[in-house]
Amino acid sequence: MSAPPGVELSYAPPGFVRDALRVAKKDLLIEFRTRSAFIAAAVFAVLSTAIFRFTWEPGRVSPLDLAPGVLWVIFTFSGILGLHRSFGVELADRALDAMMASPMSRESIFAGKALANLAFVCCVQALALPAVGLFFNLPAGQFWWGIAGVSLLAAIGLVAVGTLFAAITSNTRLAELLLPMLALPFFIPVVIPAAQVTSLLMNGRPFDETVNWIKLLAAFDIVFVAASTVAFPFTLEE
Amino acid sequence: MTERVAGNRSGSYPIPCTPNTLFTTFLSVSAVTSRQSDMRGAPTRGALTPGVLTLRVPTLRLPTLRLPTLGAPTRGAPLGCKLRTPCMPLDVDAPPDRGMAVVASGLVRRFGGRKAVDSVSLELAPGECLALFGPNGAGKTTLLRLLGGQLKPSEGSVHLHGHQLPGEAATRHLIGLISHHTMLYAALTAHENVVFAAQCHGLRNAGQRALDALALLKVRDRADTPVRLLSRGLQQRVSIARALVHNPRLVLLDEPYTGLDETGARALTRALEQLLSVGATLVLVTHHLGEGLALATRASIMMNGSIVRTDLTPPGGFDAATYATLYRSLTAQDGE
Repeated sequence: MSAPPGVELSYAPPGFVRDALRVAKKDLLIEFRTRSAFIAAAVFAVLSTAIFRFTWEPGRVSPLDLAPGVLWVIFTFSGILGLHRSFGVELADRALDAMMASPMSRESIFAGKALANLAFVCCVQALALPAVGLFFNLPAGQFWWGIAGVSLLAAIGLVAVGTLFAAITSNTRLAELLLPMLALPFFIPVVIPAAQVTSLLMNGRPFDETVNWIKLLAAFDIVFVAASTVAFPFTLEE
Repeated sequence: MTERVAGNRSGSYPIPCTPNTLFTTFLSVSAVTSRQSDMRGAPTRGALTPGVLTLRVPTLRLPTLRLPTLGAPTRGAPLGCKLRTPCMPLDVDAPPDRGMAVVASGLVRRFGGRKAVDSVSLELAPGECLALFGPNGAGKTTLLRLLGGQLKPSEGSVHLHGHQLPGEAATRHLIGLISHHTMLYAALTAHENVVFAAQCHGLRNAGQRALDALALLKVRDRADTPVRLLSRGLQQRVSIARALVHNPRLVLLDEPYTGLDETGARALTRALEQLLSVGATLVLVTHHLGEGLALATRASIMMNGSIVRTDLTPPGGFDAATYATLYRSLTAQDGE
Protein backbone atom coordinates (compact mmCIF):
# COMPACT_ATOMS: atom_id res chain seq x y z
CA MET A 1 0.00 0.00 0.00
CA SER A 2 1.44 3.33 -0.92
CA ALA A 3 0.43 6.91 -0.54
CA PRO A 4 1.83 10.36 -0.59
CA PRO A 5 4.83 10.10 1.63
CA GLY A 6 5.77 12.71 4.11
CA VAL A 7 2.44 13.28 5.79
CA GLU A 8 3.10 14.92 9.11
CA LEU A 9 2.52 12.28 11.72
CA SER A 10 3.20 14.55 14.63
CA TYR A 11 0.12 16.57 13.73
CA ALA A 12 -2.27 16.67 16.63
CA PRO A 13 -5.76 18.03 16.10
CA PRO A 14 -5.64 21.49 17.63
CA GLY A 15 -7.73 22.14 20.70
CA PHE A 16 -10.06 25.10 20.87
CA VAL A 17 -8.81 26.49 24.18
CA ARG A 18 -5.13 26.01 23.42
CA ASP A 19 -5.47 27.64 20.05
CA ALA A 20 -7.39 30.56 21.48
CA LEU A 21 -4.80 31.07 24.20
CA ARG A 22 -2.03 30.85 21.60
CA VAL A 23 -3.61 33.57 19.48
CA ALA A 24 -4.26 35.73 22.54
CA LYS A 25 -0.69 35.29 23.75
CA LYS A 26 0.67 36.25 20.36
CA ASP A 27 -1.52 39.37 20.17
CA LEU A 28 -0.61 40.47 23.68
CA LEU A 29 3.08 39.88 23.00
CA ILE A 30 2.87 42.07 19.91
CA GLU A 31 1.03 44.76 21.86
CA PHE A 32 3.51 44.50 24.72
CA ARG A 33 6.40 45.02 22.31
CA THR A 34 4.86 47.86 20.30
CA ARG A 35 2.55 49.39 22.94
CA SER A 36 1.05 51.42 20.15
CA ALA A 37 -2.62 50.88 20.93
CA PHE A 38 -2.25 50.89 24.72
CA ILE A 39 -0.38 54.17 24.84
CA ALA A 40 -2.97 55.76 22.54
CA ALA A 41 -5.82 54.42 24.66
CA ALA A 42 -4.17 55.45 27.92
CA VAL A 43 -3.51 58.97 26.69
CA PHE A 44 -7.08 59.20 25.44
CA ALA A 45 -8.44 58.02 28.79
CA VAL A 46 -6.42 60.44 30.88
CA LEU A 47 -6.97 63.39 28.53
CA SER A 48 -10.71 62.76 28.35
CA THR A 49 -10.93 62.59 32.13
CA ALA A 50 -9.02 65.86 32.41
CA ILE A 51 -11.24 67.57 29.82
CA PHE A 52 -14.41 66.39 31.55
CA ARG A 53 -13.01 67.54 34.85
CA PHE A 54 -12.27 71.07 33.71
CA THR A 55 -15.62 71.51 31.98
CA TRP A 56 -17.47 70.31 35.08
CA GLU A 57 -19.03 72.88 37.37
CA PRO A 58 -18.82 71.31 40.83
CA GLY A 59 -21.63 73.30 42.39
CA ARG A 60 -24.27 72.39 39.84
CA VAL A 61 -23.80 68.66 39.27
CA SER A 62 -22.70 66.16 41.85
CA PRO A 63 -19.55 64.23 40.86
CA LEU A 64 -21.36 61.03 41.78
CA ASP A 65 -23.94 61.81 39.11
CA LEU A 66 -21.43 62.81 36.44
CA ALA A 67 -18.65 60.26 36.98
CA PRO A 68 -20.52 57.15 35.77
CA GLY A 69 -21.24 58.76 32.41
CA VAL A 70 -17.66 59.98 32.07
CA LEU A 71 -16.34 56.57 32.98
CA TRP A 72 -18.37 54.75 30.34
CA VAL A 73 -17.69 57.26 27.60
CA ILE A 74 -13.97 56.72 28.23
CA PHE A 75 -14.28 52.93 28.42
CA THR A 76 -16.25 52.77 25.20
CA PHE A 77 -14.08 54.95 23.00
CA SER A 78 -10.71 53.88 24.34
CA GLY A 79 -11.72 50.26 23.81
CA ILE A 80 -12.37 50.94 20.15
CA LEU A 81 -8.76 51.98 19.69
CA GLY A 82 -7.61 48.54 20.77
CA LEU A 83 -10.25 46.70 18.79
CA HIS A 84 -9.19 48.34 15.58
CA ARG A 85 -5.59 47.46 16.28
CA SER A 86 -6.32 43.76 16.82
CA PHE A 87 -6.87 43.07 13.12
CA GLY A 88 -4.53 45.78 11.92
CA VAL A 89 -1.53 43.67 12.92
CA GLU A 90 -2.92 40.73 10.97
CA LEU A 91 -3.39 42.66 7.77
CA ALA A 92 -0.12 44.56 7.72
CA ASP A 93 1.54 41.75 5.80
CA ARG A 94 -1.44 39.41 5.36
CA ALA A 95 -0.48 37.26 8.35
CA LEU A 96 -4.17 36.49 8.70
CA ASP A 97 -4.01 34.47 5.45
CA ALA A 98 -1.47 32.11 6.98
CA MET A 99 -3.51 31.74 10.15
CA MET A 100 -6.67 31.09 8.16
CA ALA A 101 -4.88 28.45 6.10
CA SER A 102 -3.78 26.62 9.24
CA PRO A 103 -5.89 23.92 10.90
CA MET A 104 -7.01 26.31 13.63
CA SER A 105 -10.74 26.78 13.74
CA ARG A 106 -12.18 30.21 12.99
CA GLU A 107 -13.94 30.13 16.32
CA SER A 108 -10.69 29.66 18.20
CA ILE A 109 -9.14 32.56 16.27
CA PHE A 110 -12.09 34.69 17.31
CA ALA A 111 -11.85 33.58 20.91
CA GLY A 112 -8.13 34.33 20.98
CA LYS A 113 -8.60 37.76 19.47
CA ALA A 114 -11.44 38.51 21.89
CA LEU A 115 -9.38 37.35 24.88
CA ALA A 116 -6.50 39.62 23.90
CA ASN A 117 -8.91 42.51 23.40
CA LEU A 118 -10.49 41.79 26.77
CA ALA A 119 -7.10 41.97 28.44
CA PHE A 120 -6.43 45.22 26.61
CA VAL A 121 -9.75 46.80 27.63
CA CYS A 122 -9.30 45.65 31.23
CA CYS A 123 -5.86 47.30 31.34
CA VAL A 124 -7.34 50.55 30.05
CA GLN A 125 -10.15 50.29 32.60
CA ALA A 126 -7.64 49.69 35.37
CA LEU A 127 -6.01 52.97 34.40
CA ALA A 128 -9.19 54.97 33.82
CA LEU A 129 -10.98 54.00 37.06
CA PRO A 130 -8.44 55.57 39.42
CA ALA A 131 -8.00 58.51 37.04
CA VAL A 132 -11.71 59.32 37.18
CA GLY A 133 -11.73 58.76 40.95
CA LEU A 134 -8.87 61.20 41.42
CA PHE A 135 -10.02 63.89 39.01
CA PHE A 136 -13.58 63.91 40.35
CA ASN A 137 -12.51 63.50 43.96
CA LEU A 138 -14.69 60.46 44.47
CA PRO A 139 -14.78 58.82 47.90
CA ALA A 140 -12.94 55.60 48.51
CA GLY A 141 -15.04 52.62 49.43
CA GLN A 142 -16.06 49.07 48.81
CA PHE A 143 -18.22 50.11 45.85
CA TRP A 144 -15.11 50.35 43.68
CA TRP A 145 -14.85 46.57 43.71
CA GLY A 146 -18.41 46.39 42.48
CA ILE A 147 -17.64 48.88 39.73
CA ALA A 148 -14.57 46.87 38.74
CA GLY A 149 -16.74 43.76 38.53
CA VAL A 150 -19.40 45.38 36.40
CA SER A 151 -16.70 46.89 34.20
CA LEU A 152 -15.33 43.43 33.53
CA LEU A 153 -18.80 42.08 32.83
CA ALA A 154 -19.51 44.88 30.39
CA ALA A 155 -16.09 44.52 28.78
CA ILE A 156 -16.96 40.95 27.79
CA GLY A 157 -19.94 42.10 25.75
CA LEU A 158 -18.13 45.11 24.29
CA VAL A 159 -15.16 43.04 23.26
CA ALA A 160 -17.23 40.25 21.74
CA VAL A 161 -19.22 42.49 19.44
CA GLY A 162 -16.27 44.83 18.90
CA THR A 163 -13.98 42.03 17.77
CA LEU A 164 -16.60 40.87 15.30
CA PHE A 165 -16.97 44.32 13.77
CA ALA A 166 -13.22 44.84 13.78
CA ALA A 167 -12.94 41.72 11.61
CA ILE A 168 -15.73 42.91 9.32
CA THR A 169 -14.22 46.34 8.80
CA SER A 170 -10.57 45.29 8.73
CA ASN A 171 -10.53 44.73 4.98
CA THR A 172 -12.13 48.05 4.18
CA ARG A 173 -10.33 51.26 3.36
CA LEU A 174 -12.33 53.24 5.92
CA ALA A 175 -11.90 50.80 8.78
CA GLU A 176 -11.15 53.53 11.34
CA LEU A 177 -14.41 55.24 10.49
CA LEU A 178 -16.57 52.20 9.93
CA LEU A 179 -15.70 50.35 13.12
CA PRO A 180 -17.17 52.93 15.53
CA MET A 181 -20.12 53.54 13.22
CA LEU A 182 -21.02 49.87 13.16
CA ALA A 183 -20.01 48.88 16.67
CA LEU A 184 -21.31 51.77 18.77
CA PRO A 185 -25.02 51.03 18.24
CA PHE A 186 -24.36 47.50 19.46
CA PHE A 187 -22.47 48.82 22.47
CA ILE A 188 -25.55 50.65 23.75
CA PRO A 189 -27.33 47.60 25.25
CA VAL A 190 -24.18 46.87 27.23
CA VAL A 191 -23.22 50.41 28.19
CA ILE A 192 -26.66 51.46 29.49
CA PRO A 193 -27.02 48.78 32.18
CA ALA A 194 -23.32 49.06 33.06
CA ALA A 195 -23.61 52.82 33.56
CA GLN A 196 -26.79 52.36 35.60
CA VAL A 197 -25.12 49.86 37.91
CA THR A 198 -22.08 52.12 38.24
CA SER A 199 -24.30 55.06 39.17
CA LEU A 200 -26.26 53.04 41.73
CA LEU A 201 -23.09 51.71 43.33
CA MET A 202 -21.43 55.12 43.48
CA ASN A 203 -24.50 56.59 45.12
CA GLY A 204 -24.42 53.93 47.80
CA ARG A 205 -27.67 52.22 46.83
CA PRO A 206 -28.23 48.64 48.04
CA PHE A 207 -26.97 45.85 45.84
CA ASP A 208 -30.50 44.50 45.34
CA GLU A 209 -31.34 47.50 43.19
CA THR A 210 -28.58 46.63 40.77
CA VAL A 211 -29.46 42.98 40.29
CA ASN A 212 -31.88 43.48 37.42
CA TRP A 213 -29.41 45.63 35.53
CA ILE A 214 -26.68 43.07 36.10
CA LYS A 215 -28.95 40.31 34.80
CA LEU A 216 -29.68 42.38 31.71
CA LEU A 217 -25.97 42.99 31.22
CA ALA A 218 -25.17 39.30 31.60
CA ALA A 219 -27.91 38.40 29.14
CA PHE A 220 -26.50 40.74 26.50
CA ASP A 221 -23.03 39.35 27.17
CA ILE A 222 -24.24 35.84 26.48
CA VAL A 223 -26.12 36.87 23.34
CA PHE A 224 -23.22 38.90 21.97
CA VAL A 225 -20.58 36.27 22.69
CA ALA A 226 -22.67 33.50 21.14
CA ALA A 227 -23.77 35.52 18.11
CA SER A 228 -20.29 36.89 17.43
CA THR A 229 -18.67 33.47 17.69
CA VAL A 230 -21.15 32.03 15.22
CA ALA A 231 -20.92 34.98 12.83
CA PHE A 232 -17.15 35.43 12.89
CA PRO A 233 -16.20 32.65 10.42
CA PHE A 234 -18.43 34.22 7.78
CA THR A 235 -16.73 37.59 8.11
CA LEU A 236 -13.41 36.14 7.01
CA GLU A 237 -14.65 34.35 3.93
CA GLU A 238 -14.31 36.20 0.68
CA MET B 1 -9.56 21.80 -20.00
CA THR B 2 -8.35 18.78 -18.11
CA GLU B 3 -4.77 17.78 -17.57
CA ARG B 4 -3.53 14.66 -15.95
CA VAL B 5 -0.07 13.40 -15.50
CA ALA B 6 0.87 10.75 -12.97
CA GLY B 7 4.32 10.29 -11.61
CA ASN B 8 7.10 12.69 -11.00
CA ARG B 9 9.97 13.78 -13.11
CA SER B 10 12.04 10.76 -12.35
CA GLY B 11 9.10 8.49 -13.01
CA SER B 12 9.87 6.55 -9.88
CA TYR B 13 7.03 7.75 -7.74
CA PRO B 14 4.92 4.87 -6.46
CA ILE B 15 1.26 5.18 -7.41
CA PRO B 16 -0.19 6.22 -4.08
CA CYS B 17 -3.51 4.52 -4.38
CA THR B 18 -5.04 1.12 -3.93
CA PRO B 19 -8.68 0.02 -3.93
CA ASN B 20 -8.48 -0.13 -0.17
CA THR B 21 -7.39 3.44 0.13
CA LEU B 22 -9.94 4.67 -2.34
CA PHE B 23 -12.93 3.33 -0.52
CA THR B 24 -12.19 3.61 3.14
CA THR B 25 -13.94 6.37 4.96
CA PHE B 26 -11.36 6.95 7.54
CA LEU B 27 -7.89 6.05 8.35
CA SER B 28 -6.46 5.02 11.61
CA VAL B 29 -2.78 5.44 11.77
CA SER B 30 -0.48 4.04 14.34
CA ALA B 31 2.75 5.67 13.78
CA VAL B 32 6.05 6.01 15.27
CA THR B 33 7.42 9.39 15.34
CA SER B 34 9.76 9.94 18.19
CA ARG B 35 12.97 11.39 16.96
CA GLN B 36 16.24 10.21 18.21
CA SER B 37 16.87 13.85 18.89
CA ASP B 38 14.04 13.85 21.41
CA MET B 39 15.48 10.85 23.18
CA ARG B 40 19.08 11.83 23.19
CA GLY B 41 18.66 15.54 23.55
CA ALA B 42 20.57 16.33 20.37
CA PRO B 43 18.85 16.83 17.04
CA THR B 44 19.45 14.13 14.45
CA ARG B 45 17.79 14.99 11.19
CA GLY B 46 15.54 12.44 9.64
CA ALA B 47 16.26 9.79 12.21
CA LEU B 48 13.15 8.25 13.66
CA THR B 49 12.73 5.49 16.13
CA PRO B 50 9.72 3.57 17.35
CA GLY B 51 7.55 5.59 19.65
CA VAL B 52 4.06 5.65 21.02
CA LEU B 53 2.09 8.31 19.17
CA THR B 54 -1.33 7.28 17.93
CA LEU B 55 -3.08 9.64 15.58
CA ARG B 56 -6.60 9.45 14.27
CA VAL B 57 -7.40 11.42 11.17
CA PRO B 58 -11.09 10.79 10.58
CA THR B 59 -11.41 12.32 7.17
CA LEU B 60 -8.13 11.68 5.44
CA ARG B 61 -7.18 8.67 3.42
CA LEU B 62 -3.47 8.97 3.22
CA PRO B 63 -1.88 5.62 3.85
CA THR B 64 1.76 4.60 3.98
CA LEU B 65 3.55 7.51 5.38
CA ARG B 66 7.14 8.53 5.04
CA LEU B 67 8.18 11.50 7.01
CA PRO B 68 10.38 14.07 5.43
CA THR B 69 12.37 16.28 7.66
CA LEU B 70 13.26 19.66 6.36
CA GLY B 71 16.85 19.69 5.38
CA ALA B 72 17.28 15.96 5.62
CA PRO B 73 18.25 13.66 2.77
CA THR B 74 14.80 12.24 2.46
CA ARG B 75 14.35 10.30 -0.71
CA GLY B 76 13.09 6.82 -0.17
CA ALA B 77 14.05 6.36 3.44
CA PRO B 78 11.32 4.45 5.23
CA LEU B 79 10.92 6.01 8.58
CA GLY B 80 9.41 3.35 10.68
CA CYS B 81 5.76 4.14 10.10
CA LYS B 82 3.14 1.50 9.81
CA LEU B 83 -0.41 1.81 8.71
CA ARG B 84 -3.51 0.12 9.88
CA THR B 85 -6.49 0.53 7.59
CA PRO B 86 -9.56 -1.01 9.16
CA CYS B 87 -12.33 -2.56 7.15
CA MET B 88 -14.87 0.22 6.82
CA PRO B 89 -18.09 0.85 4.92
CA LEU B 90 -17.59 2.13 1.40
CA ASP B 91 -17.78 5.86 0.94
CA VAL B 92 -19.64 5.78 -2.36
CA ASP B 93 -20.17 9.53 -2.47
CA ALA B 94 -16.53 10.41 -2.18
CA PRO B 95 -15.02 11.44 -5.50
CA PRO B 96 -12.28 9.08 -6.57
CA ASP B 97 -8.96 10.90 -6.40
CA ARG B 98 -7.18 8.28 -8.52
CA GLY B 99 -4.06 8.98 -6.54
CA MET B 100 -4.10 12.63 -7.56
CA ALA B 101 -2.96 15.20 -5.05
CA VAL B 102 -5.03 18.01 -6.52
CA VAL B 103 -8.11 17.67 -8.68
CA ALA B 104 -9.76 20.89 -9.80
CA SER B 105 -12.89 20.61 -11.89
CA GLY B 106 -14.55 23.40 -13.83
CA LEU B 107 -13.34 26.18 -11.56
CA VAL B 108 -15.03 29.50 -12.05
CA ARG B 109 -14.58 32.48 -9.78
CA ARG B 110 -16.52 35.66 -10.37
CA PHE B 111 -15.88 39.04 -8.83
CA GLY B 112 -19.05 40.93 -9.56
CA GLY B 113 -19.78 40.29 -13.20
CA ARG B 114 -16.18 39.56 -14.14
CA LYS B 115 -14.80 36.05 -14.31
CA ALA B 116 -11.33 36.08 -12.78
CA VAL B 117 -11.02 32.33 -13.30
CA ASP B 118 -13.02 30.73 -16.08
CA SER B 119 -13.54 26.98 -16.41
CA VAL B 120 -10.17 25.78 -15.22
CA SER B 121 -9.71 22.08 -14.60
CA LEU B 122 -6.48 20.37 -13.74
CA GLU B 123 -5.09 17.34 -11.98
CA LEU B 124 -1.75 17.18 -10.25
CA ALA B 125 -0.12 14.03 -8.98
CA PRO B 126 2.07 13.95 -5.89
CA GLY B 127 5.58 15.02 -6.77
CA GLU B 128 4.48 17.31 -9.56
CA CYS B 129 5.26 20.98 -9.90
CA LEU B 130 3.02 23.14 -12.04
CA ALA B 131 4.55 26.45 -13.07
CA LEU B 132 1.85 28.93 -13.91
CA PHE B 133 2.72 31.91 -16.07
CA GLY B 134 0.67 34.72 -17.42
CA PRO B 135 0.36 38.47 -17.68
CA ASN B 136 -0.95 40.64 -14.85
CA GLY B 137 -4.65 40.12 -14.26
CA ALA B 138 -4.67 36.70 -15.91
CA GLY B 139 -6.18 35.10 -12.79
CA LYS B 140 -3.11 33.25 -11.55
CA THR B 141 -3.29 34.40 -7.94
CA THR B 142 -7.04 33.87 -7.84
CA LEU B 143 -6.55 30.33 -9.13
CA LEU B 144 -3.89 29.78 -6.47
CA ARG B 145 -6.26 30.98 -3.76
CA LEU B 146 -8.95 28.66 -5.07
CA LEU B 147 -6.55 25.71 -5.02
CA GLY B 148 -5.60 26.54 -1.45
CA GLY B 149 -9.20 26.80 -0.29
CA GLN B 150 -8.80 30.48 0.62
CA LEU B 151 -11.46 31.41 -1.89
CA LYS B 152 -14.63 29.54 -2.59
CA PRO B 153 -15.21 28.89 -6.27
CA SER B 154 -18.36 30.33 -7.83
CA GLU B 155 -18.61 27.07 -9.77
CA GLY B 156 -16.63 23.86 -9.76
CA SER B 157 -14.67 22.20 -7.01
CA VAL B 158 -11.17 21.51 -5.75
CA HIS B 159 -10.19 18.27 -4.08
CA LEU B 160 -6.94 17.79 -2.19
CA HIS B 161 -6.09 14.12 -1.78
CA GLY B 162 -9.77 13.37 -2.28
CA HIS B 163 -11.10 15.96 0.13
CA GLN B 164 -12.98 18.99 -1.01
CA LEU B 165 -11.65 22.45 -0.26
CA PRO B 166 -12.19 24.62 1.68
CA GLY B 167 -11.60 21.70 3.94
CA GLU B 168 -11.51 20.66 7.53
CA ALA B 169 -8.59 21.23 9.85
CA ALA B 170 -6.79 18.05 8.83
CA THR B 171 -7.03 19.01 5.16
CA ARG B 172 -5.78 22.54 5.75
CA HIS B 173 -2.81 21.02 7.53
CA LEU B 174 -1.63 19.68 4.18
CA ILE B 175 -1.30 23.12 2.59
CA GLY B 176 1.57 25.57 2.71
CA LEU B 177 1.32 29.13 1.41
CA ILE B 178 4.18 31.26 0.16
CA SER B 179 3.46 34.65 -1.24
CA HIS B 180 5.15 37.94 -1.96
CA HIS B 181 3.39 39.03 1.23
CA THR B 182 5.54 37.63 4.00
CA MET B 183 2.54 36.84 6.27
CA LEU B 184 4.78 37.55 9.27
CA TYR B 185 4.31 39.65 12.38
CA ALA B 186 6.85 42.44 12.31
CA ALA B 187 7.07 42.77 16.10
CA LEU B 188 7.89 39.09 16.65
CA THR B 189 11.27 37.50 16.03
CA ALA B 190 11.87 35.17 13.12
CA HIS B 191 11.82 32.19 15.47
CA GLU B 192 8.64 33.31 17.22
CA ASN B 193 6.90 33.69 13.88
CA VAL B 194 7.83 30.21 12.71
CA VAL B 195 7.05 28.68 16.10
CA PHE B 196 3.61 30.29 16.01
CA ALA B 197 3.02 28.81 12.55
CA ALA B 198 4.19 25.40 13.76
CA GLN B 199 1.90 25.59 16.78
CA CYS B 200 -1.01 26.64 14.58
CA HIS B 201 -0.44 23.37 12.73
CA GLY B 202 -0.40 21.42 15.96
CA LEU B 203 3.22 20.33 15.63
CA ARG B 204 5.00 18.87 18.58
CA ASN B 205 8.44 20.19 19.40
CA ALA B 206 7.57 23.40 17.57
CA GLY B 207 10.65 25.26 18.77
CA GLN B 208 13.11 22.76 17.33
CA ARG B 209 11.09 22.36 14.15
CA ALA B 210 11.13 26.10 13.67
CA LEU B 211 14.90 26.21 14.08
CA ASP B 212 15.27 23.39 11.55
CA ALA B 213 13.11 25.26 9.05
CA LEU B 214 15.09 28.47 9.57
CA ALA B 215 18.34 26.55 9.13
CA LEU B 216 17.06 25.09 5.87
CA LEU B 217 16.53 28.61 4.55
CA LYS B 218 19.94 29.66 5.94
CA VAL B 219 18.51 32.23 8.29
CA ARG B 220 18.90 30.43 11.60
CA ASP B 221 21.55 32.88 12.78
CA ARG B 222 18.89 35.61 12.67
CA ALA B 223 16.32 33.56 14.55
CA ASP B 224 16.15 35.97 17.48
CA THR B 225 15.97 39.13 15.40
CA PRO B 226 12.61 40.88 15.17
CA VAL B 227 11.26 40.53 11.66
CA ARG B 228 10.94 44.29 11.24
CA LEU B 229 14.73 44.58 11.51
CA LEU B 230 15.40 42.03 8.77
CA SER B 231 15.92 42.95 5.14
CA ARG B 232 13.17 42.15 2.65
CA GLY B 233 15.06 39.13 1.39
CA LEU B 234 15.62 37.71 4.87
CA GLN B 235 11.98 38.32 5.71
CA GLN B 236 11.03 36.32 2.64
CA ARG B 237 13.27 33.46 3.77
CA VAL B 238 11.63 33.47 7.19
CA SER B 239 8.26 33.50 5.46
CA ILE B 240 9.23 30.43 3.46
CA ALA B 241 10.42 28.69 6.62
CA ARG B 242 7.03 29.52 8.15
CA ALA B 243 5.23 27.97 5.21
CA LEU B 244 7.33 24.80 5.09
CA VAL B 245 7.73 24.10 8.81
CA HIS B 246 4.87 21.59 8.84
CA ASN B 247 6.02 19.72 5.71
CA PRO B 248 2.96 20.53 3.60
CA ARG B 249 1.74 18.18 0.88
CA LEU B 250 0.58 21.00 -1.36
CA VAL B 251 2.67 24.15 -1.52
CA LEU B 252 1.18 27.16 -3.25
CA LEU B 253 3.80 29.70 -4.23
CA ASP B 254 2.91 33.16 -5.46
CA GLU B 255 6.03 34.95 -6.64
CA PRO B 256 8.14 33.26 -3.95
CA TYR B 257 11.45 34.58 -5.28
CA THR B 258 10.46 38.19 -4.64
CA GLY B 259 13.23 39.95 -2.74
CA LEU B 260 15.48 36.90 -2.48
CA ASP B 261 19.16 37.21 -3.23
CA GLU B 262 21.09 34.43 -4.92
CA THR B 263 21.69 32.51 -1.68
CA GLY B 264 18.08 32.80 -0.68
CA ALA B 265 16.87 31.76 -4.11
CA ARG B 266 19.15 28.72 -4.07
CA ALA B 267 17.98 27.77 -0.58
CA LEU B 268 14.36 28.05 -1.67
CA THR B 269 14.94 26.00 -4.80
CA ARG B 270 16.70 23.34 -2.73
CA ALA B 271 13.86 23.24 -0.22
CA LEU B 272 11.28 22.93 -2.98
CA GLU B 273 13.27 20.16 -4.68
CA GLN B 274 13.32 18.28 -1.39
CA LEU B 275 9.58 18.67 -1.03
CA LEU B 276 9.07 17.42 -4.58
CA SER B 277 11.33 14.47 -3.96
CA VAL B 278 9.14 13.27 -1.10
CA GLY B 279 5.96 13.61 -3.11
CA ALA B 280 4.70 17.06 -2.25
CA THR B 281 2.87 18.93 -4.98
CA LEU B 282 3.81 22.46 -5.94
CA VAL B 283 1.93 25.14 -7.81
CA LEU B 284 4.24 28.00 -8.62
CA VAL B 285 3.06 31.34 -9.94
CA THR B 286 5.81 33.58 -11.19
CA HIS B 287 6.72 36.07 -13.88
CA HIS B 288 10.26 34.72 -14.01
CA LEU B 289 10.19 31.94 -16.59
CA GLY B 290 13.64 30.60 -15.77
CA GLU B 291 12.94 30.08 -12.08
CA GLY B 292 9.55 28.55 -12.74
CA LEU B 293 10.73 26.21 -15.46
CA ALA B 294 13.69 24.99 -13.42
CA LEU B 295 11.37 23.22 -11.01
CA ALA B 296 8.36 22.55 -13.21
CA THR B 297 7.20 19.14 -14.28
CA ARG B 298 4.81 21.04 -16.48
CA ALA B 299 4.16 24.63 -17.34
CA SER B 300 0.90 26.37 -18.09
CA ILE B 301 0.13 29.77 -19.47
CA MET B 302 -2.93 31.51 -18.18
CA MET B 303 -4.70 34.39 -19.84
CA ASN B 304 -8.04 36.03 -19.17
CA GLY B 305 -8.88 33.52 -16.46
CA SER B 306 -8.26 30.41 -18.55
CA ILE B 307 -5.33 28.10 -19.06
CA VAL B 308 -4.53 28.48 -22.74
CA ARG B 309 -1.53 26.19 -23.02
CA THR B 310 0.09 23.43 -20.98
CA ASP B 311 3.41 21.76 -21.71
CA LEU B 312 4.89 18.75 -20.01
CA THR B 313 8.56 18.86 -19.19
CA PRO B 314 10.45 17.49 -22.16
CA PRO B 315 13.36 15.11 -21.58
CA GLY B 316 16.25 17.26 -20.50
CA GLY B 317 13.99 19.97 -19.15
CA PHE B 318 12.50 23.12 -20.58
CA ASP B 319 14.55 25.42 -22.70
CA ALA B 320 13.80 28.75 -21.06
CA ALA B 321 14.66 30.81 -24.12
CA THR B 322 12.38 28.83 -26.42
CA TYR B 323 9.60 28.90 -23.88
CA ALA B 324 10.03 32.64 -23.40
CA THR B 325 9.57 33.16 -27.13
CA LEU B 326 6.46 31.04 -27.08
CA TYR B 327 5.14 32.89 -24.05
CA ARG B 328 5.75 36.29 -25.60
CA SER B 329 4.04 35.32 -28.83
CA LEU B 330 0.97 34.09 -26.94
CA THR B 331 0.71 37.13 -24.71
CA ALA B 332 1.37 39.44 -27.65
CA GLN B 333 -1.54 37.88 -29.56
CA ASP B 334 -3.72 38.53 -26.56
CA GLY B 335 -2.60 42.12 -26.36
CA GLU B 336 -3.43 42.89 -29.96
